[in-house]
Amino acid sequence: MDDWKDYKRVFLTLATPGSLWMLLFFIIPMAFLFVLSFSSKAIVDGETSTTAYDYFNTINNYVAAGGESYLVLLWRAIWTSAIATAICLALAYPLAMAVCFAPNKLRPLLLLLLILPFWINLLIRTYAMYSIFRTTGVVNQTLGIVGLGPYEMLNNSPAVIMGLVYVYLPFMVLPLYSTIEKLDRSFLEASLDLGATQAATFWRVTWPLTLPGVITGIILVFIPCLGTFLTSDILGGPNNWNIGNAIQNQFLEANNWPFGAALSFILMYATFVALIVRALFARRSRGVDA
Amino acid sequence: MSVNLKPGQGPLDYARRPWIIALFAAVLLFLYAPIASLIVFSFNVDKSGVWHGFTFMNYVKAWHNEQIFYALSNSLTIALISTLFSTILGAMTALTLWRFKFPFKNAYEGFVALPIVVPEICMGISLSMFFSYTGMMGAVRDWVWPLNLINIIFAHIAFSFPFVAVVVRSRLVGFNRQLEEASKDLGATELQTFINVLVPFMMPALVASALLAFTLSLDDFVITLFTSGPGSVTFPVKIYGMVKRGVDMQINAASTILIVITLAATLIAMKMQAPEKSGH
Repeated sequence: MDDWKDYKRVFLTLATPGSLWMLLFFIIPMAFLFVLSFSSKAIVDGETSTTAYDYFNTINNYVAAGGESYLVLLWRAIWTSAIATAICLALAYPLAMAVCFAPNKLRPLLLLLLILPFWINLLIRTYAMYSIFRTTGVVNQTLGIVGLGPYEMLNNSPAVIMGLVYVYLPFMVLPLYSTIEKLDRSFLEASLDLGATQAATFWRVTWPLTLPGVITGIILVFIPCLGTFLTSDILGGPNNWNIGNAIQNQFLEANNWPFGAALSFILMYATFVALIVRALFARRSRGVDA
Repeated sequence: MSVNLKPGQGPLDYARRPWIIALFAAVLLFLYAPIASLIVFSFNVDKSGVWHGFTFMNYVKAWHNEQIFYALSNSLTIALISTLFSTILGAMTALTLWRFKFPFKNAYEGFVALPIVVPEICMGISLSMFFSYTGMMGAVRDWVWPLNLINIIFAHIAFSFPFVAVVVRSRLVGFNRQLEEASKDLGATELQTFINVLVPFMMPALVASALLAFTLSLDDFVITLFTSGPGSVTFPVKIYGMVKRGVDMQINAASTILIVITLAATLIAMKMQAPEKSGH
């Protein structure tokens, strides 16, 4: 590696465009959002202004986010995301295991099958879910043939959870796959040879060794679930809003930007905490990292 | 041990356990059935969940639906322009990180990767406020197409070039710097060496990451929703509006076309990144 001082011109030419872009379209907007989350609407001539703000004068937005209606929302977002993450983990672990232990020739194909839907537009996938589970959709029509239903399968939290699992399953499969793939199989063989049952081998050897991948997967799924907007909007309806919907509502409808900014930063803080947790785990177990 | 094991009974033969095969099949059904049904019903004559006959009418209608057509061409234009710029910016960033030692390098690396991890909705609203405060939101509204899409393009470049940087950098790790020295020893300038030695080596990663950037841009809904104005609706934003008003087979037809475009781009990208072609 070269020292940047020896090739200042090359270094600056290469580093400037990306840094400037990040500064202009990421750091400055984020910093502004951060400031706004501690601000309030200015009072101009005794009336609350719609465009002017008093900056850095309050923490009320965060206090309001702790109010009852938003605590309910926050709580719902957390438990729907947690359940969706748990289902993803329970499904993805055996699947990743199957891909890793499949014959070499089949492996890329099986992995591709599991992650390909991830490349299809999120909105299209959500709409596809919506159209088959609506009351006149394929599922209800099929049930109708045997004389059942139609059932209302959407606009409830199970629908949101199902949609989240559908959308984020590939995020769980990938890190699990890359950890299990690196796992030294002789450990498993040794454990089984020494008389441990399959279950004991799994819980005492495989699971602890692949824990970093599990943690990465949990974070990769849980964080986007928490901030989800489309899935809860289209499949859940207004009674099943997530933080993402609340943020969108504050900006596009309720027009209370400082409060929306505070909600977004709560989401950001949660993301950073999750990333720190992941970094700590990665440091502690250097063995098989995803 | 002289037990004869059937397939699936070997101690580490997890991939052939019947319950795992059943689970795999069930998950694939869950993943693909909705998409398959969306594609099949794009050829249905009416919008119910029952098959009433085959037709191309939905495609013809979607093609002649000016709003869908306009939104789709907006989306493709944005994706093409933002891909071009994010590939260049991303490659430059990757080269910086690969070649140089500089103060606060680790911090810089983390900082460049931030758009990958930050929740989309936060980035979307921060950009939306940034554009309305700087007056860009209102200003571009009356500009001639495709300049009225410039805010969305700026935003898309911001969230896709970090992905390009990651992909290109992991390719650069395998580069033998002696090739570069050899080229310079033989009298090539810094720029000639770059164009004739380094760029050809980076090419598979450049193509793959360009296609990744293209897909990311075409896919994006949340950030685009917040940075688009009335005249700059993109395909996902348009579809969202239509979905809110109910099911319509034109959505299925247009979505099918987009799925085909995206999957083609993805499969090409994966071929490009396949190990036998990356020269390791």
